[in-house]
Amino acid sequence: MTERAISDLGGLPGGPIDTAEHEPTLSERRVDAMMMLLRAKPRSFWATDENRRTIEGLEPKTYAESAYYERWVLAMRGLLIEKGVLSETEIEAKLSEVRARHAEAGQ
Amino acid sequence: MSTHEHHDHGHDHSHGHAHDHTTFQPDIREPSEEWEFLEIALRELLIDKGVITAREVQDQIEAWEKKSPEGGARVVAKAWTDDGFRQRLLEDGNAAVAELGFEIEALKLVALENTDDLHHMVVCTLCSCYPRPLLGVPPLWYKSREYRSRAVREPRAILAEFGTELPETTEVRVVDSTADCRYLVIPRRPDGTEGMSEAELAALVSRDSMIGTATAFAPDGEGRSG
Repeated sequence: MTERAISDLGGLPGGPIDTAEHEPTLSERRVDAMMMLLRAKPRSFWATDENRRTIEGLEPKTYAESAYYERWVLAMRGLLIEKGVLSETEIEAKLSEVRARHAEAGQ
Repeated sequence: MSTHEHHDHGHDHSHGHAHDHTTFQPDIREPSEEWEFLEIALRELLIDKGVITAREVQDQIEAWEKKSPEGGARVVAKAWTDDGFRQRLLEDGNAAVAELGFEIEALKLVALENTDDLHHMVVCTLCSCYPRPLLGVPPLWYKSREYRSRAVREPRAILAEFGTELPETTEVRVVDSTADCRYLVIPRRPDGTEGMSEAELAALVSRDSMIGTATAFAPDGEGRSG
């Protein structure tokens, strides 16, 4: 028998469901909005299935420990590089800038 | 979330950086985690390179906020009152909801009718597939590990956690969504709703009743139709 994929949760045991409503944060709204813009016409950089494939291809530990939209943004990063929209180098450079800006603002 | 959480890391709101600080509610949390920085980095790069615009992101967010389960509720109320529409909805979900102006691209929409004898509950065990054009953005619990794993094994226990009790004689059927196929549950029309208008009926159709973790509201305001 093959090993379960990380996303293949159906039938596994689990605890009680937290049914509380959750007001999406600004970051979550933005990730969602960007994903829809990049996936939809006219850009159509990737299809829903490719998004799924990328999320399911995350490291099992990352998948298990990440929040929902965290997985989405990680997948988005991977797909943007894969489709040649952005490069790894420019993303890393921009990330350093964002982190530095945040650290400075937090002082 | 604490209303003061955004003060915890001493973020100075008066700083003059170029990034967008538009917030949707005064106490919304500022980005502070690594993945949130990644969101900022990707967004700024895509905007700088002219791939997307800040305006488009904003418009998309507003469009999302406008999408709500009310769309699905309109479809259900129409199905309850118009038998021809109900038949068409069950035969070809996409074509039927298009009659009401809902365009569902690249997905098959399947409507499932709940009756006294059969109750449907929808899950996406693999991810979070959901009929967004009709129901808006899925609730957090729908995307949770707990719901995804348990729904196919112990749906009645889950229904109980949602306060939904069904007669033992009602079969519970769980359907698993895919990226290409989404389900809309048509809840059983509550008793005592004869003569109500479509708009009045739509108000009885909750989001959860169209996912199948609940039943439609009773007209007397009770949380479930019994």
